Amino acid sequence: MKGDGRALRAVVAVVLLGGVVLPIVAGFAQTARAAFGVLPAIGAVEWSFAPWMQLMHLPGFGTSLRLSLVTGVGSTVLALALAFGFCALMHGRVQPAAMGRLLTPFLAAPHAALAIGLAFMLAPSGWIARMVSPVLTGWVRPPDLATVNDGWGVALIVGLLIKEVPFLLLVIGSALGQLPVRQHLAAGRALGYGRGVVWVKVIMPQVYPMIRLPVFIVLAFALSVVDMAIILGPSNPPTLAVAIVRWFSAPDIALILPASAAALLQAGIVAAAVGAWIMAERLVKRWGRWWLRRGGRGHRAGPGLWAASVVVAGLMLLGGLALISLLVWSFAWRWSFPQALPQSWSLKGWMSPGVGWGRALQASLGIGVATTVASLLLAVAWLEGEDRARRTRAGWAQALIYLPLLVPQIGFLYGLNVLFLRIGISGGMLAVIWAQMLFVFPYVMIALSDPWRAMDCQHVRAAAALGAGPWRRLFSVKLPMLVRPLMVAAAIGFSVSVAQYLPTLFMGAGRIATLTTEAVTLASGSDRRVVGVYAVLQAGLPFLAYGAALLVPALVYRNRRGLLGAAE
Amino acid sequence: MSLELKDVSVGPKGGKPLFAPISLQVAAGEVGTLMGPSGIGKSTLLDAIGGHLAHGFVVSGAVRLNGRDVLAQPAEARRIGVLFQDALLFPHLSVGDNLAFGLARSVRGAARMQAVDEALEQAGLAGFAGRDPATLSGGQRARAALMRALLAEPEALLLDEPFSRLDAELRADIRSFVFAHLRSRGIPGLMVTHDASDAEAAGGTVVQL
Repeated sequence: MKGDGRALRAVVAVVLLGGVVLPIVAGFAQTARAAFGVLPAIGAVEWSFAPWMQLMHLPGFGTSLRLSLVTGVGSTVLALALAFGFCALMHGRVQPAAMGRLLTPFLAAPHAALAIGLAFMLAPSGWIARMVSPVLTGWVRPPDLATVNDGWGVALIVGLLIKEVPFLLLVIGSALGQLPVRQHLAAGRALGYGRGVVWVKVIMPQVYPMIRLPVFIVLAFALSVVDMAIILGPSNPPTLAVAIVRWFSAPDIALILPASAAALLQAGIVAAAVGAWIMAERLVKRWGRWWLRRGGRGHRAGPGLWAASVVVAGLMLLGGLALISLLVWSFAWRWSFPQALPQSWSLKGWMSPGVGWGRALQASLGIGVATTVASLLLAVAWLEGEDRARRTRAGWAQALIYLPLLVPQIGFLYGLNVLFLRIGISGGMLAVIWAQMLFVFPYVMIALSDPWRAMDCQHVRAAAALGAGPWRRLFSVKLPMLVRPLMVAAAIGFSVSVAQYLPTLFMGAGRIATLTTEAVTLASGSDRRVVGVYAVLQAGLPFLAYGAALLVPALVYRNRRGLLGAAE
Repeated sequence: MSLELKDVSVGPKGGKPLFAPISLQVAAGEVGTLMGPSGIGKSTLLDAIGGHLAHGFVVSGAVRLNGRDVLAQPAEARRIGVLFQDALLFPHLSVGDNLAFGLARSVRGAARMQAVDEALEQAGLAGFAGRDPATLSGGQRARAALMRALLAEPEALLLDEPFSRLDAELRADIRSFVFAHLRSRGIPGLMVTHDASDAEAAGGTVVQL
């Protein structure tokens, strides 16, 4: 009995260590070597601090650093506050299923497509200006205002919020599902506390520990985001992560060394920000306890919650319109300012030769399917291995899953590419698929773990009692019962893959063009119609995947109430 | 055929056993009963006998089924069926496919359908093969679950409070249905229950944990 699944677990462990942990560690090591002056490929062989000195003196370095911190930490704090406020007001008033339907488009939409749509909305010549002009503003030509790529990073923060608030709403919602919220609300209000204050004093302190890790992921992501920052963020100087990408790909190869130093610094910034966040948690906790003990009933917390909810609703409206604007632009032909809608429509954006979206679509699809299938196989093998060993997941294993989501991509991807070059797979499909899997697998694993554990293990026992061996239990009982979560995990994995920018850019070495890399490249200054086409396709793929994830189980199990009901 | 427990005890690895060692012999067609307060480990004992023990628990003593030592075997090789508190019909399979799931692979082709149909008829469920298990009543589910267990031709059947979710009238009905089948097939049964009337109806040895 002890040997059950040992071989399976050994295979999973080898694949994970060799395929996930090793590339990250080796990539970091390579980046660190270059940061201290050693990169034989460009003839640098001497250990030194010169790259760091050079970095300090690069134009705009200080501003870039400040911009990264302000947009990253600012958007995370705002997103958390807004999400909590919205949940406090909406919980119990909106059905969880309806909330899920509302959030899915924002979770599915890739950052790049959303950012492009948002630029279409916010730009001086964007949809918002067109809708209110010239009646309200008197503008007959686009005003000279920096509403996108503004020097403070406001547009970038808005873009990040549109992606992060729905993600936090999702994790808060699932945490609330595990708490006796109604009873606690009733108990608190019976003691004379206002509804809003019960949320802040009773519910939130219980929810926060359950969503801490997703908050760290949001923080790490916001500090090191590249694609969205290229499209919406300040351009000169840009945020640090964007500046690093520019230095890495600059014609002057001597910049690779300070770029590596900056990449290492980027990882340090994320670590420091998480550390500072943990310190802040302690302070808030201490202050919160003092505040709680004073026993204020706070009947006037209502307006704050309403304000948060209105802002969240506004963000969602803006995000929804941004996605629609992609579609409008891709079919627009003549659309002069300040018309609210195109004067003439056309398929030319889609049809003109040389637009070349077919190949990018093919590349995105191929890479997405390959990474998703491979990640799903690995996740099922891991979970089945746990089942056979009859043990729960160790803490280090859980940390391993989250590792690629917490370390900034730029910190190790360039170094990893140097290694890929050496073994000769750089610039190929395999390199891109491998690098994307580092980020796809964690999401697939996270999406699948809870439903897998929630599966009624009595059914599996019943199958064993009927003489079914471990493989038959897996293929004829577990997997069929889990079709719905498996499909959802696949849709999430596929969406993550389609949205990947940096791994494709670095590992593809410019030879592999996906919808995402093309959309980001075209976003600055190309014909909006062509950009619209790429962004529509980039956003469309995840939507199709989510649609299939809902449709397939519903069709397969149309006569199985036990499974359809259980999924609600 | 007989199921024999010799000095069997269960407990956490390296910890105190949950109860004093138990010895018990159940002859073919009889049903032994384990009674005792909640949380003493009755269901854990059934898990140990069936091979479903959670990680971190160990069993000591010996369990012999027709002279065969089963503790060394994996659950699927023990030929010990289980009736759970919930019927646990697989939600993704039709009622007929649920029953067929237990059928040995050596039964092939049309014979499989026939065996399932016969079993359904014995359970008063003729014509239910294509039904979604979620549409069955509690009593129908319990009977289907028994038939599924019996089609696997178990050499012993464990009953983990299988009647506790049924109302009094249905309870007596299903109980006599299950016991009659065990008796006619000569399968030893071991039941865990809180209800003295279950033990009385079983008519076999009663062990207090």
